Amino acid sequence: MPETPIAVAMSGGVDSSTVAALLVRQGHSVIGLTMQLWNQRRLPELAVEGASGRCCSLDDVYDARRVAEQVGIPYYVVNFESQFEEHVVKPFVQQYLAGRTPIPCTLCNNYIKFDRFLEMADAVGALQIATGHYARIRYDKPSRRYQLLRAADASKDQTYFLCGLTQPQLSRTLFPLGEMSKPEVRELARSFGLAVAEKGDSQEICFVPNGDYAQFLDAYLKESGIAQPRTRGEIVTTDGRILGEHAGVHRFTVGQRRGLGIATGEPLYVIATDPAKQRVIVGASDDLLRDRFFTSDVNWISIARVAQPRRAQVKIRNKHYAAPAWLNATGDPTRVEVAFDEPQRAVTPGQGAVFYDGDLVLGGGWIE
Amino acid sequence: MQHYYFDHNATTPVAPEVLEAMVSCLGQVYGNASSIHFFGQTAKQRMEAARRQLAALIHADPTEIVFTGGGTEADNMAVLGMVRPGGHVITTAIEHPAVLAPCGRWECDGLAMTRLPVGASGIVNPDDVRRALTPQTALISIMHANNELGTLQPIAEIARMAREAGIPLHVDGVQALGKVPVDMEALGADLYSMSAHKLYGPKGVGALYVRKGTRIAPLALGGHHERDRRPGTENVPGIAAFGVAAELAGRSLAAESDRLAGLRDRLENTVLDRISGTGINGARWNRTPNTSNIYFEGIDGEALVIALDLRGFAVSTGAACSSGAMAPSHVLTAIGCEPGRARASMRFSLGRSNTIEQVYALVEALEASVAHLRRISVHA
Repeated sequence: MPETPIAVAMSGGVDSSTVAALLVRQGHSVIGLTMQLWNQRRLPELAVEGASGRCCSLDDVYDARRVAEQVGIPYYVVNFESQFEEHVVKPFVQQYLAGRTPIPCTLCNNYIKFDRFLEMADAVGALQIATGHYARIRYDKPSRRYQLLRAADASKDQTYFLCGLTQPQLSRTLFPLGEMSKPEVRELARSFGLAVAEKGDSQEICFVPNGDYAQFLDAYLKESGIAQPRTRGEIVTTDGRILGEHAGVHRFTVGQRRGLGIATGEPLYVIATDPAKQRVIVGASDDLLRDRFFTSDVNWISIARVAQPRRAQVKIRNKHYAAPAWLNATGDPTRVEVAFDEPQRAVTPGQGAVFYDGDLVLGGGWIE
Repeated sequence: MQHYYFDHNATTPVAPEVLEAMVSCLGQVYGNASSIHFFGQTAKQRMEAARRQLAALIHADPTEIVFTGGGTEADNMAVLGMVRPGGHVITTAIEHPAVLAPCGRWECDGLAMTRLPVGASGIVNPDDVRRALTPQTALISIMHANNELGTLQPIAEIARMAREAGIPLHVDGVQALGKVPVDMEALGADLYSMSAHKLYGPKGVGALYVRKGTRIAPLALGGHHERDRRPGTENVPGIAAFGVAAELAGRSLAAESDRLAGLRDRLENTVLDRISGTGINGARWNRTPNTSNIYFEGIDGEALVIALDLRGFAVSTGAACSSGAMAPSHVLTAIGCEPGRARASMRFSLGRSNTIEQVYALVEALEASVAHLRRISVHA
């Protein structure tokens, strides 16, 4: 082969298809790989008629294969279902049952897309991988670090889910769409004549096609033969008044307003869940505000660590605007205290906290 | 890049003579074989000639051949045409899904199903069949040659037992036909499934041998074709091609199977000599001459298939599924391979086009790919 090939992770969507076509157009040797992560025939009770945006469906594999054929690259489906179950789905279920709100996309990136997939790329002789993520990578000579930056199109930026990427992973990864906007990508896809150019964006979490996590949990536990945890309990206000009953703490997430089944004068929000006492704690909107929290298992990307308190903007969920804060070091370099300038709503245990300095992703970890 | 094909158990290239017969038939013999006129009669003649050719290959009477749309349909017809909920069927843990799935379809409605174990050899013990018999047993369905291991099952012995017990025996012969001699008198099966594309014929045509006197219900309804057993206007070009493929197989079988066994043994011995941590899955005796299933310790078979394909060698990890993704093989699991070894196993199936030079080139590619995969330690 003329040069070492690049392995492109092809989902069958417009973004990764465009990446494959673009790299071929630029003259690279490319191998297309689709990761089979989840068997959509499982849990048939969750099937959504005509659902789009679910990954790993036969339709998506069909689309990816068609694009590979069109741009003339070798193409294979690789089966990572067991790794996906182990590293993404099981932790997702366990976290929910423990009263936290997990983000499986980050786990998938850490353990599957930028780990197992890189291994597979190695196996087929590809030193680099490319994906359709909206983010940018830059090598910074003075610090000798690969830096991660927000996508040029802020509305599509996916760095929140990429905060676990390590230096070796970043050094081998290409994000060819990082400088483009979504309309530009679609235009490019059209110019390449790709049939997927008008395909809808994927939504929700890929293995929960209808977006109903509680229903997924029920079905998954039933399939695994695990008894439903008895998490029925009380709905309690912040000052200790019992307002009613709930059907399980795992059905609630911090900041949630609907589905409490309680009629009160002012709107009530879930402030916290307490799996130990099987309690859902509710309160007014202002009770959701917190000004500081700890982040553990921090992965540092663009900097090696924080020693002194450092200014940053911190994002506590994907749709959150990054709020100004101080990062305070602890004795443990992978544990950081975040102190917001202004209190923020719904700091949710289990979600990621990602630290930015402008476009630069400093690092990120998990909210304790 | 030159591409070499070592996946003949998946399918075979169409032989030139077969292609010629099929194309000429497709172009010229367009009559409906059920029609009374000249055109219909010509089609009928081509079809009946093919029936005689296939019957000759398996030493059967032409009236015992029912043409189908392939091996899977023949298997389905044999199972669903013979068994009803409430009955009992004896099969093996290493059958093809085309047999297991139709059995399984009625299992929840009260069909009792015995899946006989095969042990590490991949060969069923006839005594296990005898022990599994019950008064409700309506069918014994056991493959002739296994698609992944090539192991041959003791069909003649099982057939004697079945006949004594008065129970019909179905044999899935898809992977045996054309590779080993198939003689319905010697084998004694009542039903025998076949597929054209495994012996250099076209895809989409198969046949079920139905011994005279065996009563079987059709799968589909709507016509009197194939003696009321398989309705639908016959695929005359495909059937004609199947006939030619059968005749070719009969002529070349003895010499070709010796040649393939020689290549296969050379492949295995060279791999075992030159690559550490390798071994053969299943028995090395009593198997089809073209099939070898080898494990490469510590290797992800899926990665090895892709790496070999990129070097121009087509092999397989076992069964391929519709999305092209690979799932752990139920056959390797049944012969006691733990999941790691099952995932580290590859199927090589040789055929007419393969030469000793290709085998050596394959071993070299294997050596390089396995060394690379072990160096970067991609784990299953």
